[in-house]
Amino acid sequence: MTGPRFDTAPLLETPFHPRTTAANRLQNWAGWSGYRTAGCYGDSEMEHSAIRNAATLYDITPMTKYRIAGPEAEACLNRLTLRNLAKLPVGSVQYTAWTDDAGKVMDDGTLFRIGPDRFRLCCQERHLPWLLDSAQGFDVEIADETEAVAAVALQGPTSASVLTAAGFDVSALKPFRMQDYPFRDGRLLISRTGFTGDLGYELWVAPTDAVALWDHLMAQGAPFGLVPAGTEAVMLARTEAGFLTANLDFIPAQQALREDRVRSPLELGLGWMIDWDKGHFTGRRALLAERDGQLSRWAIVGLDIPGNVSAEGSVLYYGKKREAGFITAACWSPTLKRNLAIAHVAARYAACDDLWVEIYAQRELQYHKLMLPVRKTERPFFAPDRRRATPPGRF
Amino acid sequence: MPGPFSSTGTTDVVVIGAGPNGLACAARLAQKGRRVTLLEAEPEPGGGARALPDIAPGWPSPALAHLVRHIDPRVEAAMDLSRHGLDWMAADLPTTVLSPQGHLTLRGDQAEGADAAAWAALHRRLMSFAAALEPFRQMPPPRLAASGNAWGQLARNALGLRKLGATEFREFLRLILINAHDVAQDELTDPRLRAALCFDATLGAWAGPRSPNTLILYLDRLAGQIAGGKAALGLPRDGLPGLARAMARAAQASGVTLRTNARVARIEIANDRVAGLVLTDGTAISAPLVVSAIGPKPTLLNLVGPRHLDAGMTTRLRHQKSRGGAAKLHLALSDLPDFGTDPKARLILAEDEHAVETAFNPVKYGEVPDAPVMEIVLPSAFTGGQAPAAPHVLSAIVQFAPHAPRAGEDTARAAMLAACLARLERAAPGIGKLIVKADLLMPYDIERKFGMAGGNWHHGELSVEQMLFLRPLPQLSRYATPVSGLWLTGAGTHPGGMSGAAGWNAAEAILEAGA
Amino acid sequence: MIWDAVILGAGHNGLVTACYLARAGMKVCVVEKNDWIGGAAVSRELTPGFTYSNCSYVSSLFRPEIMRDLELPRHGLQILPYEGGAVLKEDGGFLAMYRDHDANRREFARHSPRDAEAYDIYSRDVQRHCRFIRPLLLRTPADPASFRPRDIGELIWIGKHMSGLSEQQIAEMVRFWTMSISDYLDHYFENPVIKAYLAVSAIIGTALGPMSPGSAYVLLHHYMGDVDGNVGAWGFARGGMGAITRALAASFTATGGEIRTGSPVGKVLVKNGRAVGVALANGDEIRAKRVISNMDVKRTMLRHVEEAELPQDYVSSVRRFKTRGSSGKLNIALDALPRFPALPEGAPHLRGDLHFTDSIERMERAYDDWKSGHFSRDPFQDVMIPTTIDPTMTPPGKHFMSCFVQYAPPKIEGRDWTDADRDAFGRTCLDQIERYSPGFKDLVLHVEVRTPRELEAEVGLTDGNIFQGELTFDQLLFNRPVPGYANYRTPVRDLWICGSSTHPGGGVMGAPGRNAAAEILRDAKRPARDMSDAWAVL
Repeated sequence: MTGPRFDTAPLLETPFHPRTTAANRLQNWAGWSGYRTAGCYGDSEMEHSAIRNAATLYDITPMTKYRIAGPEAEACLNRLTLRNLAKLPVGSVQYTAWTDDAGKVMDDGTLFRIGPDRFRLCCQERHLPWLLDSAQGFDVEIADETEAVAAVALQGPTSASVLTAAGFDVSALKPFRMQDYPFRDGRLLISRTGFTGDLGYELWVAPTDAVALWDHLMAQGAPFGLVPAGTEAVMLARTEAGFLTANLDFIPAQQALREDRVRSPLELGLGWMIDWDKGHFTGRRALLAERDGQLSRWAIVGLDIPGNVSAEGSVLYYGKKREAGFITAACWSPTLKRNLAIAHVAARYAACDDLWVEIYAQRELQYHKLMLPVRKTERPFFAPDRRRATPPGRF
Repeated sequence: MPGPFSSTGTTDVVVIGAGPNGLACAARLAQKGRRVTLLEAEPEPGGGARALPDIAPGWPSPALAHLVRHIDPRVEAAMDLSRHGLDWMAADLPTTVLSPQGHLTLRGDQAEGADAAAWAALHRRLMSFAAALEPFRQMPPPRLAASGNAWGQLARNALGLRKLGATEFREFLRLILINAHDVAQDELTDPRLRAALCFDATLGAWAGPRSPNTLILYLDRLAGQIAGGKAALGLPRDGLPGLARAMARAAQASGVTLRTNARVARIEIANDRVAGLVLTDGTAISAPLVVSAIGPKPTLLNLVGPRHLDAGMTTRLRHQKSRGGAAKLHLALSDLPDFGTDPKARLILAEDEHAVETAFNPVKYGEVPDAPVMEIVLPSAFTGGQAPAAPHVLSAIVQFAPHAPRAGEDTARAAMLAACLARLERAAPGIGKLIVKADLLMPYDIERKFGMAGGNWHHGELSVEQMLFLRPLPQLSRYATPVSGLWLTGAGTHPGGMSGAAGWNAAEAILEAGA
Repeated sequence: MIWDAVILGAGHNGLVTACYLARAGMKVCVVEKNDWIGGAAVSRELTPGFTYSNCSYVSSLFRPEIMRDLELPRHGLQILPYEGGAVLKEDGGFLAMYRDHDANRREFARHSPRDAEAYDIYSRDVQRHCRFIRPLLLRTPADPASFRPRDIGELIWIGKHMSGLSEQQIAEMVRFWTMSISDYLDHYFENPVIKAYLAVSAIIGTALGPMSPGSAYVLLHHYMGDVDGNVGAWGFARGGMGAITRALAASFTATGGEIRTGSPVGKVLVKNGRAVGVALANGDEIRAKRVISNMDVKRTMLRHVEEAELPQDYVSSVRRFKTRGSSGKLNIALDALPRFPALPEGAPHLRGDLHFTDSIERMERAYDDWKSGHFSRDPFQDVMIPTTIDPTMTPPGKHFMSCFVQYAPPKIEGRDWTDADRDAFGRTCLDQIERYSPGFKDLVLHVEVRTPRELEAEVGLTDGNIFQGELTFDQLLFNRPVPGYANYRTPVRDLWICGSSTHPGGGVMGAPGRNAAAEILRDAKRPARDMSDAWAVL
């Protein structure tokens, strides 16, 4: 035989799999970027509660990770992404996004400056052709390092305490900063980042050390209520926080089949990222035209909806009649006790008050149709002070 | 000549590249009152029409291009080229197809042989199509959008097509993307006429005559004109360098400052606007407007650079097809070779349509054909009897040659030269003994000498998917670039070629934009 | 008696037309020269116990609107999606295909990590072109030279259809339609095997090479179909491709139609410029108010209609309609499933297409042979073993292998094929398989070798062209088959053409037959019954 076959096990296992499979009481798995990860270990509500009350481990190895290194890595990334890398010192992290020539968002992600000429870009989708094409003309090397780096998110109010107990002093680590620690024979990179809107960290380690790290954290974290959490709980937390997810809240420009589905950063509320003065970047001219000509066709808004019926997948109306947009993420927030939603609203209705949502709620096989007035509300929905406090509070 | 260049405030526009399109563009802008500096990297203006170093001492080399097929009538009139020294040794050259079964001469719709009537009918039909297409060359390509088009002009042009009549219009639509080979076989029986059609349809293209979309290239040729003569073949006095000199003189007379030996190293951009440019000798020239005629790829990828452009456009540009398939053969000869026909003609060495296709096959794989086909001009035949006796030179465009040979550049060049000489020896026995020196420019040599990407004459293949609103890229098809103040012209832009039409169109677009 | 319509040829398009006309209440008779029906969508048992898909061998293009209108599933049609496939490389390696997206990406990444991701972008771009073109399939092309309200209305419809696209997208589309597949793939991919695999659909059945401009359109032609909404997917007809025509025939006879097999056509009877019936080769005459030919336009007009009845211009146009055949077919009965040592044991690759051409260059060189009048020395083969999915076609444990081969010219160096040529062609193909599957030849129980000569002799496809006419722009849309006659009509009143020579062309699609029926019914001022317009592309 001259090659492997992939049909019998199309999904990869992450380096944490020996532990996640042991913990996964339901054997509830979901595909994520070619990996098998836990959808829920046993009880999503309890896992979500741990995110807000104690601490959780969430295997984020499937996040696509690109290594971008070389003398012109900064110049290359400045031309690729919306934000200014001159404002990203070594040891810090940017939440950023990038667009195609037409100024439509291809993805968002976190950009880690590991060294002066070395970066890691973490994102939801795969972009190797685009990154390699964008690197043309720059002295830079780009490679996918997804499989070379194991990653786990440690999130929740006691997460700093867990790390301290585990021997990693993160008391001085500010949000969007990272620090290197020795771990066994290698290194462990800890960044104060996350996707839950809460105090939390992400830990990056060689795959060979993954299981040891998991065991170490679980052992030291037990007194602080550390439990593994699955995707369902984390997605609820991110909706509570009001964060966007590629392919849930927007279609990456390169994947959209229907031309009108793509969105600009201005339309996704990411206009704050754009550094207009840093020099040229891909999409700048199109975005400038959109900004100056007020050509945005959509706006993304946070909504507060009466009652407690989740508005997932619902359509928005202006004056109960005219279609005005649609909801991409919604939940009853157990933390905030609010009925929240993220919605795309056509630009002309974005400032209007008379917006309604039509919810089809199935109860015992039968649909109830609700037409409810919505109120626009600030995002992030959930942003507790503990998220930013440095040094972090003990709990 | 090079030296410090005081530029600030003295130049409105810098045009890069003094080929025919650069010259035409510069002249037009100067005529409209712009202060124009035209930069040429070489010691002589002319680009593909400039004089090359002698083949051997005493044997002047023809230019890369050796015949004129089209001078845009607007350019010819406004630049008053005849007043500036353009003179024709022949303004309507016949074509003779060399064939073992006997040579055949044709001129326009007149052909010898049994197929004369068929040729005339086909020629007239294709000429009418070409005439209907011609107006599209004298305007920027249409936009595929509701706004931004000269609708009146477009409607007039479209009506011109429809006025061919229902039957002819249908025939036009059938033939517009057909291959030359099928038309040749459908309409002609004489292999020599088929050869002529197939050869001309693929001359300078990276395609064999069986490739769909090749007849339109033939129509593009037929749409040319010289001094009012439609689809004529012209040989200027002193060859193409004669045309180049006339154009340069005309441009200078219009007020263009021509600066030779001035190679541009980069275009300076500040705040997303052109600020000027820097020459390889370090001279900086500031100018609010730069027009580049040296080709979209070298201009944007090298002089501007990816960091001022969007990644998608950079990728499209890198992938833009620019494969040169033609080599140029120059022979210094001790006497006029005997092809068994009147040498005052354009000679086509291709016996039938298959010969052209077969010569293309190996090039697809980076190999050299055994039996190349060629277009031969013997400039000395036209000056015979004049004193002093002109040295004998053979100029031939040889097809097809690989632009990236697998066997290596030198091996391929040697193999190609051997194949060419063997082919010539069969057509003109004894020619080998007359050769004083042979010089063969392969596509990669042409790229090096002339800066044409891939050695492609057109600065990017002139194929349907890179024509009209797709030339050189959809986003660049109307001469403007995303960098304000930077414009493109040259063969790489619509309508291609060295007629000056692209230069003129670009100048008109710049003037209309009020830039 | 006088029939409302007589249809010449019981191929899939003829039967589709027949079904729709019969459903609209016409009395319809189909005559077929062979003793069986099906044309090129046929399953025959040439060796006991083995059903072949003798000509066409996979299904995707057949319009679901037609399947539903004509209730084909009720009449026995079942389309089975298939999976897998592999390109076996000359160096002993392979590139496999999987239905599972992640498995497929990992396999592609084994050859090129970049290409594995580029594949998704490429698929999306091609699908955009498919979405644009699909609504055009079930419409009669407008004549751009006509000022008739219907033609102008149709042109306006196309304009509106296009106006939904951005300037950039229209430009992309024009590029795609005019490019070679090789150039098109170069924009996305770097790996030669991946390119070779993806280029296949651009050459199947066509007299173009992968480097010929216009070949990218042919790819679209093969991609615009679907299996149950899965765009670009292909499947088998259960029981072989003859199941499609059998279901059509059953649907037709259930609505009162009559099929006469073994009835070769002599001449179309024309009286006062109108077709009034057909004289069979045996002299029998069938009178009908209209005659509809499922044969290709050349065969119909140049062989079965008196030239005196046709304008000279039209005859010349038909003569120069290009029908150069480019493919051959081997149908093989196998004693057991062949083994391909390069492939992992038990993997699903044998349940899909197998190719041995691992570079575009080899494919193009195969085309060069065809251009010089010879079958390819190193041919491209699309090898399938439908019995891995549909065991009904052979005795248990035995297998049917279908090898579609390119290129095979209509004539060998200018002369007709001989039996010796055909056998040499067959040997070339079998030898190629044997190289990748040692011992394969020992499993062979029976081989049917079809060159363009056999395709023409049995199915009646002029020059053996499987599309009843090449698919280049000069023969597509309003140019197909002849400019000014793209509306299924001919210069002879009441003589119609409904086969793949007409828009939208070849492949077992049924669209030409359906569109012809729509025109015929409109002309007869009869309302169409059970005829759907193209379903909306959402």
